Amino acid sequence: MLSESTSSRFKAGFWLHCFALFVGLCTFALIAVGGLVTSKGVGMAVPDWPNSFGYNMFLFPASEWIGGILYEHSHRLIASFVGLLTVVLAIWIWVKETAGKVKTFGIIAFTLPLLLMGVRTFHVFIPLAILSVPAVIYGIARFMKSPAELRWLGWSAVFAVILQGAMGGFRVEFKLDYLGIIHGTLAQLFFLLVIAIAVLTSQWWPASRDALKQIRIGTTFKTLTVVGLVLIFCQLLLGATMRHQHAGLAVPDFPLAHGKIWPDTDSDSIHRYNQQRMESTAINSITSFQIQLHMIHRVMALLIAVIVAAVSWKVFSSKNLNRPLRQVAAIWSLLTAIQVGLGIFTVIKGKPADIATLHVLVGALIFAASGLTVVFAHQTQSFVSVATEKLASRTLTAALKS
Amino acid sequence: MNSKNCLIATYFIATVISSVAADISGKVTLKGTPPKEIVVQLDPLCGKLHSADSKVTTRHFVVGQSGELADVFVYLKSEGLSNAPKPTGQTAVLDQKSCLYHPYILGLQTGQTLVVKNSDPVLHNVHPSPVVDGNKEQNKAQLPKGPDLKFIFEMEEVLLKFKCDIHPWMFAYVGVLSHPYYSVTDKSGAYTIKNVPPGKYTLIALHRKSGKPLSQAITLGENGLAANFTIDAPEPLK
Repeated sequence: MLSESTSSRFKAGFWLHCFALFVGLCTFALIAVGGLVTSKGVGMAVPDWPNSFGYNMFLFPASEWIGGILYEHSHRLIASFVGLLTVVLAIWIWVKETAGKVKTFGIIAFTLPLLLMGVRTFHVFIPLAILSVPAVIYGIARFMKSPAELRWLGWSAVFAVILQGAMGGFRVEFKLDYLGIIHGTLAQLFFLLVIAIAVLTSQWWPASRDALKQIRIGTTFKTLTVVGLVLIFCQLLLGATMRHQHAGLAVPDFPLAHGKIWPDTDSDSIHRYNQQRMESTAINSITSFQIQLHMIHRVMALLIAVIVAAVSWKVFSSKNLNRPLRQVAAIWSLLTAIQVGLGIFTVIKGKPADIATLHVLVGALIFAASGLTVVFAHQTQSFVSVATEKLASRTLTAALKS
Repeated sequence: MNSKNCLIATYFIATVISSVAADISGKVTLKGTPPKEIVVQLDPLCGKLHSADSKVTTRHFVVGQSGELADVFVYLKSEGLSNAPKPTGQTAVLDQKSCLYHPYILGLQTGQTLVVKNSDPVLHNVHPSPVVDGNKEQNKAQLPKGPDLKFIFEMEEVLLKFKCDIHPWMFAYVGVLSHPYYSVTDKSGAYTIKNVPPGKYTLIALHRKSGKPLSQAITLGENGLAANFTIDAPEPLK
């Protein structure tokens, strides 16, 4: 996949890489504020969108940024900023990689949605969001086909950020919790996309890629990294679902759950749990489904921890595995350990907004690190290909001798 | 029939019903020790609306010295009450004062207008979040001491949550029923459901933290009826 890429991509330039990193940093900040919005239960503090209390969002007076509005409105402004940065990043890559009419087409294709978004009318965003879905998929598909063409990742990033913004707005306008789940999950995918662009434009990447090509890893190990990535994504989806049901902690104790290894979820027990809760915000009552989700989240966490430990053990115990893989595996395992601790802490402390948000942030970092681990592992030679290579070599030698 | 005649007919029917109707009254008490309320962290603007030495807490259990329990929604099960009188035009009122909803628990009839006031010098958003199909979720901004907002719900829902997302500690519950036979206990734990036609009913007492609602089968005669409830305090979390 990525191994087919040419070196032209890596000449993308130092400043482009710095800019991509800056977009990644801003996206991280955006996820942080978005996490606070959900953790504090203030996602609907501004009842309209794309306007804010009838004002153009960018002209909403700072004196009105009170209570939950502060978080929700800041989230909207940072999101707009990230959107703008993403368009600049995509145009930058596109201009660098193309010439002539294709270059002009790219500039128009990226600027047009930006101008349309400037119209600030709700109905403009519906067709934009609908068009964005195939556009994102198309960009990823083109990149997979021609990994040297980084501009297609930029293309996908632009339409992903449009889709993401629209989802956030639709959640407010349509008042549907499940749109919040999509919004929360898409944020993680967008972050991974931006981080991928940042890594692929770095000077560090080509050297690391060449180093990775020198080593051999078993297919089991590679599969394990993919399984880890998929599980982490499912875990993020579960986490987003739990958070966007606005029911607080479905299970308030740890290591037990409602005093048991697996909690009762019959009707009487659910009534009792809700009776015992002393919520200070307008959270929803918990249901049997939410308790099951919470417990699956715990089991998945354990499973992911085991997989990360297995991958890390393999990386650190193998002498032939080199620095880039070790670096990313070390980050992956460290973050996972922190994340498990934060998860436990979130439960024990009754889900305070700051800790719950940290849990979301570290989740985003783990997902990005996991994605990089998969990419790195798949740059190496596998045992199968080496064996095939030897067989081909022997056959060739025999043929030459004869 | 024109509207004037309709009004006269309604008045006549109401007068006839009230002449044979009776009241259901009683008291609700809490057995056991309620959990400690949580101190609410107000933002600076809302904090200014309270005296510096007062602490605002959650209002899950408003209990008197002898266990009298306030904010219990007491109502008749709707079965057999399909001919109950329609709303007369009297509105129910939910006010936002000092960044808290007053009252915390309120009764409302389907089709009746609920007026939400903002007595605060602070911007609020009023966000009813029904879960029953047919009741519409809405989210409206309400300026400081701004004009009243009006809400009508068409389906029964006990209890329907109202919240302010700007101030997440602000929430209240409205019990929406298809008939007018409901009441909410006051600080003395007392309630009165007025003008109920004689008959057999199921009387329900629901406190938000009582777990399952308590119910009593009652037969109401012309002389009225007294029905008391005792609600168990939740077991403390282990």
